[in-house]
Amino acid sequence: MTDILILAFIFLIAGVVAVPIASRLGLGSVLGYLIAGVAISPILGAAGVDVISIQHFAEFGVVMMLFLVGLELEPKMLWAMRAKLLGLGGLQVLITGAAVAGVAMFFGQPLTVAIAIGCVMALSSTAIVLQTLNEKGLMKSDGGQASFSVLLFQDIAVIPMLALLPLLAMPDLMDVSHATDAHAATTQVADAAHGAVDDHSGDSHGAGIDLMSGLPGWAQAVVTLGAIGFVLFFGNYLTGPLFRFVSGAGLRELFTAAALMIVIGIAALMSLVGLSPALGTFIAGVVLANSEYRHELESDIDPFKGLLLGLFFITVGAGVDFDLLFANLGNVVGMTLGLILLKAVILLGLARVFHVKGTDKWLFGLGLAQAGEFGFVLLSFTVGANVIPSAVADQLLLVVALSMLLTPGLFILYDKVIAPHLNTTGAQQADEIDERGKVIIAGHGRFGGIVNRMLRVNGYETTVLDYSSAQLEMIRTFGVKAFFGDATRPDLLHAAGIEEAALIVVAIDDKHQITELVKYVAENYPNVKIVARAVDRTHVYELYAAGCRNIIRESFDGSVRAGRSALEELGIAPYDAEKRAQDFRERDMEAMIGLAPYYDPAVPIHQNPAFVEASQRFIAQSEQEMRGAFNGKNSRASRGWNPPRGVNVGGADDE
Amino acid sequence: MASVLVYYAHPAQERSHANAAMITAARSVDGVTIVDLYNTYPRFDIDIDAEQERLQAHDVILFQYPVFWYAPPALVKEFLDLVLEHGFAYGDDGTALAGKYMGLALTAAGSEQAYSTQGYQNFPLRDFTKPMQQTATLCGMHFLAPYTLFSALNTSETENIAPHAAGYANYITALRDDALDLNAALSAELMFHSTLPVKG
Repeated sequence: MTDILILAFIFLIAGVVAVPIASRLGLGSVLGYLIAGVAISPILGAAGVDVISIQHFAEFGVVMMLFLVGLELEPKMLWAMRAKLLGLGGLQVLITGAAVAGVAMFFGQPLTVAIAIGCVMALSSTAIVLQTLNEKGLMKSDGGQASFSVLLFQDIAVIPMLALLPLLAMPDLMDVSHATDAHAATTQVADAAHGAVDDHSGDSHGAGIDLMSGLPGWAQAVVTLGAIGFVLFFGNYLTGPLFRFVSGAGLRELFTAAALMIVIGIAALMSLVGLSPALGTFIAGVVLANSEYRHELESDIDPFKGLLLGLFFITVGAGVDFDLLFANLGNVVGMTLGLILLKAVILLGLARVFHVKGTDKWLFGLGLAQAGEFGFVLLSFTVGANVIPSAVADQLLLVVALSMLLTPGLFILYDKVIAPHLNTTGAQQADEIDERGKVIIAGHGRFGGIVNRMLRVNGYETTVLDYSSAQLEMIRTFGVKAFFGDATRPDLLHAAGIEEAALIVVAIDDKHQITELVKYVAENYPNVKIVARAVDRTHVYELYAAGCRNIIRESFDGSVRAGRSALEELGIAPYDAEKRAQDFRERDMEAMIGLAPYYDPAVPIHQNPAFVEASQRFIAQSEQEMRGAFNGKNSRASRGWNPPRGVNVGGADDE
Repeated sequence: MASVLVYYAHPAQERSHANAAMITAARSVDGVTIVDLYNTYPRFDIDIDAEQERLQAHDVILFQYPVFWYAPPALVKEFLDLVLEHGFAYGDDGTALAGKYMGLALTAAGSEQAYSTQGYQNFPLRDFTKPMQQTATLCGMHFLAPYTLFSALNTSETENIAPHAAGYANYITALRDDALDLNAALSAELMFHSTLPVKG
């Protein structure tokens, strides 16, 4: 137990120290983690920690990341991307793979080894690239979209690669392999093929449960399709009831548990039937992109993804074998730079063909020029399957790691040199301006529901957040886009897009939560306008202090209208009653502003003598005025359409 | 028989004398539609469709109001702005009101003498009603001479207001019964209770 705690502490302190420094220096979090990993690698080495097995565990962060990417991507958008996905992604993998294989053959590798190396190096790092694009807010740019298409295709391409690579196995390697029994080698192949990310050969946990072995081909196909069908069915029909069931307990952490359960469960199912867990959770994410629990899932999974990816990057940094590196320094560095150059040239060429232009072209070309975490997976797998000799593989591992290590540098090159240069030459096109700013409505009860309806009938896009499953289900049937979650949680607000929002309407019930939410938004997003619901008069003061200037007392208008109806029923002409209501409202507002200096948040108002005294003074004064004394400031109701003072004086007001 | 519609507009009815007496008299005439605009639409939320239907269902439309700052009260302007839509009241297809009669029943604080080129109001009262007249004309309506009470604030209840109110009832009755000399009413400058051109 103690050593686990110490180990966790070492990883955490490395990340906590290195990442903020790297971010402040403008290097990005990924480089921070990588440097942290390099820094702690001597300690880990001395302590005999198995960095690689930690890395396999941390790769689950990639699975979570693809789940989150899926959540952002509605099926419609995925379909719209199909040309890029297949064309751009397919060509990138094929051309890069062939080119790398050609180079390898030029340097004297046999054909089979060259093809395997081509497969390994064709892949890029989903973890680094998506993390960096998200961090820089470039995910939605043309370059970001093109990068994503390629990465997604690569993640899918890993599956056939894992299936086909064993066919390249070299008999003479097999003889010296630790797997002396041919049968053992094939089982390893089967195991590895079933889990591209978290489960592969050469690893002690590789020999896991396997549903598929011993099944005929057609049955395997049925099971595979059945598993995907189950993911679709689960996402569409079972998550709703599941979350409603969980929300019955009213415990926050249960949602996190449920979200993790979904992601891990799907990953496990995919591994069982021999599909990529990353692909499976990605599909689940896409299915859930339209669900009301989308933002809840996002904010629950996001911290885990972040931590696991961070751990993953640290292990990449820590996994660099410096002895081997320095022994073959020229060789490894040369291969790495050559690889990056080759991949970048091919990517830039493809960008041209697919009309990715300007800064986007360079973002795409430089961003994807590294080898990726799947490279590690494929390498250890190919060694296990006797495709690549381990001496070669060890050097290639260094190339993969080094190229990942250099990637943040390429992003910095893009940021500091290419983007500013291209911008000044006007190659960058202006962003499309959103026709209407987004509105977030926190709370869809009696109050927020009406605001939401009003905004929607006037053509504004709203994102509704509410914590009541029953309420959500009801409004969803009426076609309102609503999401489950506690709007006072910053991560959920972030998931709902508070950064791009023009306005937030704070319509939740709880007084203190309203104040907290207003304070948080006012402090962190000064550009987001706030309309807030005040529970009572003193709450207005609190909200004003919290930074809101558009404060609506929840029952005030209704009460004033009731007062007006009462006046009408008592025989006062409707228009006169309306004027008196306007009058009352005005005086009430005056009193509220006038009493503000006497309000002390620490003292309840009835125990605050200055407040009580001033408030009595205001009420007396307003009563006098409203009863219509004719000197001084009279009430609105008594001021209009009065006959001119003194008879026989002709005037403008006539009757 | 003609159907008569009276739109009554007074924002401070509790302080009214002349108009209160007039509307009471008007209510005594059978078969007349009376709409108190400020009571019906105290928040200016005029029901455009309902009012257009109402206008179409009547032959004569009267607006009764006190003149404030040489114009009708704000709600009358709001009414005209909203209800007399293009395609309904005017424009190529806007013939819904064509051929109908529009009349005004006005009270003014100034004297008849004040409302002259020599008086302190500088213009005859009829000049201040020209926007209403042209509104009627553009809608294809015939504009009747305004039924008027001058010096409405300084006048005696019994001597002037009572006969003016009774004359108002007569005016409406005559309109209803086709007993008004329309040519005379169209060509007059103003009409008073003593000069109502009632036939027979």
